[in-house]
Amino acid sequence: MLNVGKIEEGFVLDHIKAGKSMDIYKHLQLGKLDCTVAIIKNAKSEKMGKKDILKVECDINQLNLDVLAFIDHNITVNVIKDGEIVDKKELVLPKMIKNVIHCKNPRCITSIEQGLPHIFVLADEEREIYRCKYCEEKGSGMQ
Amino acid sequence: MRHLMSPLDFTTEELDKLFDLAEDISANPKKYAHACDGKIMATCFYEPSTRTRLSFESAMIRLGGQVLGFSDGSNSSAAKGESVSDTIRVISCYADICAMRHPKEGAPMVAAEKSGIPVINAGDGGHQHPTQTLTDLLTIRSLKKRLDNLTIGLCGDLKFGRTVHSLIHALTRYKGIRFVFISPEELKVPDYITDMLKEKNVPYKEVMHLEEVMPTLDLLYMTRVQKERFFNEEDYVRLKDFYILDSAKMELAGKDMLILHPLPRVNEISVELDDDPRAVYFKQAQYGVYVRMALILTLLGLAE
Repeated sequence: MLNVGKIEEGFVLDHIKAGKSMDIYKHLQLGKLDCTVAIIKNAKSEKMGKKDILKVECDINQLNLDVLAFIDHNITVNVIKDGEIVDKKELVLPKMIKNVIHCKNPRCITSIEQGLPHIFVLADEEREIYRCKYCEEKGSGMQ
Repeated sequence: MRHLMSPLDFTTEELDKLFDLAEDISANPKKYAHACDGKIMATCFYEPSTRTRLSFESAMIRLGGQVLGFSDGSNSSAAKGESVSDTIRVISCYADICAMRHPKEGAPMVAAEKSGIPVINAGDGGHQHPTQTLTDLLTIRSLKKRLDNLTIGLCGDLKFGRTVHSLIHALTRYKGIRFVFISPEELKVPDYITDMLKEKNVPYKEVMHLEEVMPTLDLLYMTRVQKERFFNEEDYVRLKDFYILDSAKMELAGKDMLILHPLPRVNEISVELDDDPRAVYFKQAQYGVYVRMALILTLLGLAE
C-alpha cells in the first residue's frame, strides 16, 4: 500500500475516474504552479473499484476549480487548512470554458484561424449544454 | 462601438427604431443622400454573393458614402494565409465600417473582437445572416403591419439555410408566433433551433408536404436548396427539386398570405407566381437596401 502524507493547505480531489487525473492536472494548469502535487492513480475504491486522487498543496484561493464541474460532476473537492478538511466544495458549472474541448464543426472559424482559443459558453445549465462561442455548435467530449 | 453579429444583438425596441428609420429613408430618400459623405464601407466577401454585396454597396452609395473591398476570398490576402484577425486590423485603417461574409461560421465575430470599426455579419457559413433577417422583418412589418401573432411557414433547406435560422431567432421575441417547418428529412432544422424553441415555449411543427399546411399560413418563406452547402453533388441533385411552389399550391393559400424568398431563386417558386400580389420577394430586395442604409447610419452613430 502506497502512502502519501497529509497536506497542510490546499485541495484533495477525490473520486476522479481512474486514469483521468492527468487530464485534470492539465486543465487546472497545475504544471505552472510552484507547489507540491501528488497524483495517485488507480487507488482502490469501494464505490468506484478504482479511482484517481489529486492532492494539491497550495493557497486555497489560488486555484480556479470551475472546470472540474464540466469534466466530471462526481469529483469530490475537499478543502484543507491546517491539515484538516474545512470544507467540501460544491462544483458549479462554469459559464465559459476555454481550450478544454475543441469545436468539431468543420465549418467553424476555429478550424482555420491561427491562435484562436476554443471557447464554449454554457447555453443550458439544466442539461449541461455548452455551445461554441463562434458557431454555436454543441460541445461534446473532452479533447 | 457596436457590431451586428446576430439579429438578437438589437432589442425589439431598437429594431423598431431601425425600421422606423428605414421607412423614413424609403419615404424621403433625398433627406439621406449625403448622410454618409466622406465615409467608407469595406465589403469583405470571402465567398461570392453578388446580391448581398451589391445591396450593401447600393445602401452606402445612396447615403453618399463610398465603398471598397473584395468579392471573393481567392482574390484577397486570405488566399495567402492571412488570418481574419489580421485582415480586419488592416481594414480598420482603410474604412469606417465593414460588412463581412465568410464561409466559416463565427468569422465575423472573430473580426469584431479585433476590429477598430463596426463590423456587420453579412453571412457566416450556415450560421447567421442578420441583415437578411432585418430585411425580412422590415418586409413583414411594412406589409403585414405587425410582427406578432403570425403563423410562419418556412420551406426548403432548413438545415443549412442561414437566413432561416436567423429569422427564427428574431421572430421568437414577438408574441403569438407559430412556426411550421416544411422540409425533407435530410434538411430539417438543426437541433439547436428546436431546443431553443422548446425552451422559449414557441409552438412549432415539422411537416414533409406544403399542401397540408398552406391554408394555415400568414406567410410562407421559401428557400433555395444551395449546392455549396452539400458535401456531394448526388445529395444536391436528389433534393433540389423537392419543394416547388406553383399556382396550384397557391390556390390553397389565404388571400393575404405573403410569399417571401431571400433570393436568388432557382426553380422553387414558379415564375407564373411573380405577378401574384402575394409574391413580395422582389419588394423584399428593395427593403433590403433601406434596412442596410438604416443599419449603416445606426452603427456609424449617424442616426439622429
